[in-house]
Order: sequence, then C-alpha cells, then structure tokens
Amino acid sequence: MELGKSIGLEMGVATRDAFGKTLEEMGAEIENIVVVDGDVHDSTRTRFFKNAFPERFFNVGIAESNLVGIASGLAASGKQPLAASFAAFLLCNAYDQIRMGIAYPRLDVKLVGSHSGISLGQDGPSQMAIEDLALAASLPYFTVLVPADEHAAVWATRAMFDHHGPVYLRTGRPDAPQVYNVDSTFQLGKANVVREGNDLTIVACGLMVAIALEAAHTLSQQGIEARVLDMHTVKPIDHAAIEKAALETGAILTAEEHSIVGGLGAAVAQIVTAKQPVPMTYVAIMDEYAESGDPDDLFDKYGISAKHIVQKTTELLDRKQAS
Amino acid sequence: MNTNELLLKSIEYRKTILEIIHHGGAGHTAGSLSCVDILNVLYNKIMDITPENFDSVNRDHYIQSKGHSVEVLYTVLADQGFYPQDDLFKGLNQNHSKFIGHPTRKVPGIEHNTGALGHGLSVSVGLALAGKLNGHTYRVFTLLGDGELAEGSSWEASMSAAHYKLDNLIVIIDRNTLQITGRTEEVNGLEPLADKFTAFGYAVRQVDGNNVEALSNLLSQVPFEQGKPSLVLANTVKGKGVSYMEDQMVWHHKVPSDEQLVIALKELDTAKLELGDV
Repeated sequence: MELGKSIGLEMGVATRDAFGKTLEEMGAEIENIVVVDGDVHDSTRTRFFKNAFPERFFNVGIAESNLVGIASGLAASGKQPLAASFAAFLLCNAYDQIRMGIAYPRLDVKLVGSHSGISLGQDGPSQMAIEDLALAASLPYFTVLVPADEHAAVWATRAMFDHHGPVYLRTGRPDAPQVYNVDSTFQLGKANVVREGNDLTIVACGLMVAIALEAAHTLSQQGIEARVLDMHTVKPIDHAAIEKAALETGAILTAEEHSIVGGLGAAVAQIVTAKQPVPMTYVAIMDEYAESGDPDDLFDKYGISAKHIVQKTTELLDRKQAS
Repeated sequence: MNTNELLLKSIEYRKTILEIIHHGGAGHTAGSLSCVDILNVLYNKIMDITPENFDSVNRDHYIQSKGHSVEVLYTVLADQGFYPQDDLFKGLNQNHSKFIGHPTRKVPGIEHNTGALGHGLSVSVGLALAGKLNGHTYRVFTLLGDGELAEGSSWEASMSAAHYKLDNLIVIIDRNTLQITGRTEEVNGLEPLADKFTAFGYAVRQVDGNNVEALSNLLSQVPFEQGKPSLVLANTVKGKGVSYMEDQMVWHHKVPSDEQLVIALKELDTAKLELGDV
C-alpha cells in the first residue's frame, strides 16, 4: 500500500511483524509465557517466538476452538498463554471457547488476530475479519487493542502482558506507515492526539490513523483543521478524550477498517450521545463483505479511503453548521 | 475408604442431590445421579484435591465438562469440606447465590467455568500440557457426558491429547446413552465409541460406571499406558438409584415433586439399610 506517502509518513513494518519481534523479546524476559498457534505462525509472526523458544510453543494444528480451549487450560494452571491465528478464524471459529474459557472466568489469556480488516487484500473475504472488534469488545472483561503502526504494536504487545486479564490484539498484514516514532508514548485506555485541530475530530484506529492523517492534510488545504485521535485502545475506550473532542471540535467522524456494526464508531457514538451530543458520521465497511484485490483499490471501493473521509467531513460540517 | 463406605457415600450423595434440586426448584437430576459414583470414587479414593491443597498447582485437577450436572459436584465438594452443606440449601440456582446452575470458579473447589458443552476436554489438555511443561506430577481428570461428544471440539482436543502424549490426562465418559431429547444412538449415533477413542490414540478401558469397587480398581491403575492419555468409558444408568428415574429421558432436567422426593429418599434409605447401616 502507498499509505501515508503523500504526507511524508515513512513506511514501517507491519503491525504483525512488530508484534512478533516484541513477543520474542518478551519470551526472553518472561519465562512463563507460552504461545499456541493454529498452524499459521509464519503469518501471525509467532514464528519468531517459536524459533527462539520451541519448548514453549505449541502448534495445535488447524483447530481454533481447541487452540483457545488449550490456552484456557494453560492459564488455569498459571501459565501466561498467548493464542494466535488469523483474526477471522480465531474470533469466529472459537468464539464460544473465548466466551466460556477466557472471558467468563476472566483468565489471563492474550489473543492475537492477524490479517484483520480488508487490507490483507488478495486472499479475499473468507480470510478478512471485519467483525472481530465487535465480537471481542462485546465480551465482558476484555481489553481490545488496535495498534496503528509498528511503534504502537511494540507498545501494545508489551502492554497486554503488563495487564492482568483477557486481551485481544488486532494486527494487520501489510506494512504500515509510521505514525509514531520510537520515542512516542502510549497508555492503555488513553487515546493519543496525533494531530491537533478544532473544526472536527477524526477518531481512528489501526491503519485508518494514517489514512485519517492523509485526509486531515487535504482538509487543511481547504482551511479545515481536523483533530486526529488514535483510539488504540478500543476497549476500555477513552471517555474523556471523546467528550473533550466533542466539546472542543463539535463534530466527530470515526474511521475504522471494520464493519460499521459494533466497532469503533458504535463505541464512540455511545459516549457522544450519552455525554456530549454533536453531529457524527462514520467511515467503515457498510455491512457487506469485500472481495479480493489490491488493498488500495479495496479501501477505495469499500469506502474507507482518505477521499471518503474528506467527502463525509464536508457533509458533517454542514450539519455542524446547522446545529 | 473401603467399598462399603463408598457405597454409603453414594447413597448419601444421591439423597443430597435430590434434596437440593427439590429445594432449589431446578436442576439436572438424572445426569447427576448417573455420574455420582464416578465423582465419589474420584474425590474419596483417587484424586489428591482438598480444601487445604486447592491453591497449590501441583495437585490433581478435575474439570467437569458436563457442567449441567453441577448438583453432584456441589454435593461432593460440600462433603469434602470446601463449604458447609447447609449453603446448598440457602440458594441453589437463586439470585444472590454463588451456587448457580452451572459450575463457576467462584465456588470453592471448582476449577473452571463449564456449561457450554464440548469445552472441558480442550481445557484439560491445556492443564495437562502445563503439567508436563512444568515438570509437575499431577493428573488431570475430566468428566464428559456422552451427548456432548457430538461437539467437534472434543475430538480436536482428543487429537491433541494423543499428539502431546498426555498420560497425565484421564478422560471419563459418563456413558448413560441418553441425552435431552432421546437416545444418543438415535440423535446422532456415537458407536462404536470405544473403537473411535482407541483410534484417536487413547488407552481405553470400559467399566460399570455405577460400580464403586470396579471404578476404584480401574482408576487406581492410571495411566493405563505410558505415553497415552487414558480414557474410561463408564457405562452408567441415567437417574441411577431412584427406580422411577432410571433410564428415563424425562428426568434430564426435571425436579421431583414433594411426593416423588419422599419416595426417592425412602428407596435410598432402604438401600442404605440393606448395606447394614443402622
């Protein structure tokens, strides 16, 4: 993907790569970590951990329900298991096991779903998780993390082990432009303001943060200054940042590489409507499955490119004006 | 505990199960009665699980995958001293009670939340795997219903159990041949079940699952083979011990009336007298 190039963002590695490398580092630091994968460790990048700590790595085969059940048992015995697969298979195939074996007993299991959203491109909708945030966030006690770039992914991987309790970390397949640098700071549950502005706020997560910055650049040329919030912790969501954004900018657009139903937009809207009602609009996948193709083309076709953010902003600001 | 003491325990457990279900107004009656002898032998003779050692990792573990038969588990754990038996009469299945309709870790002595079927075996594989990884000597016992074997995850977990050579895992099937809507063989046939488990890599043994002596003898021999998970096909009678409940599908989730309870308790007291307990 060519994301971020137009505004000078340097391309970084994929969030799955940064996750995999950091997991390997953490394996050396925390002996209690064990990793189970559903025969896709080359893709999820748990292979780095596998190669470094083969005795603490279990490839249980193509069996996500069993994968999660085993992780649950490992956690019950006091280990710190991380279970990884494609986001689509991990969340959808094993949802009952995640609910019963992790969420309900509130066990300390980390789930990592790679190849999320539609940016995996060519392999098509059967492999694309556009429901995973809704599924994960609806589970009580779960923390849901969506890193925007490699720096955020390094932080998120460390943060989830610092946090005691169930976590879902969403990673992506393609290289991601660097929104952050090595000195950037993060805090679980606290959104990062990656661009200041007072005309509207774009709340984004994952790859959409870079796309939001591209859109904000275009808007700026039209005299519209957008604040961009990176909501890397989709749950528990940062109430204060959203309320502040609504109060100070008077309009909110959410942007996510996920279904419009039950994801970031829905979570933000719950807070805005309850605390600080302002006009809102949503850039997301509109309740349909995508297709195979080049990720840039898919983002364009399914309405989640910078162009769409700009278009929807115009309509949003009209409503802001009228309100 | 000798055989006579175990037999008496089973009768006492059956009485308590019926009383708490009657008192609480809900429960899985017949499935609890079918596996009571299995839990009796496990907790009183085989497993090293006590209120004192429960917080230690290197003790035996018990996962009841057929979570709906929670009343037998509550009854046996009370007898083991995890909480007073009176607690079971204060709010089984009621609001504000921790003794809810399926097992949760909030109840002392219960290791894992179960109740959605087909989960317990994968969890047990995880526990057994951790035992091997940590060099612990504990065993993991898990009880599955026969009806839940229709859940594919049980077979996924079976493949893993054999693959990782988990001879610290003992799977017990409460083979009462009935599930909620009918005979297992009519709903979704399981046979030849022993052959299936053998083919999946278990060391398989069959036993009369309502015979405490036979259960004691068999379960004392685990693992049946080094390097293989053990599987006990325990042939049981659903509703065992109460004549009008035995092998009757209707008692899967039925609560005895006042009159039915009196008859059942009387039958069990008679059985007790026949054992020579006065």
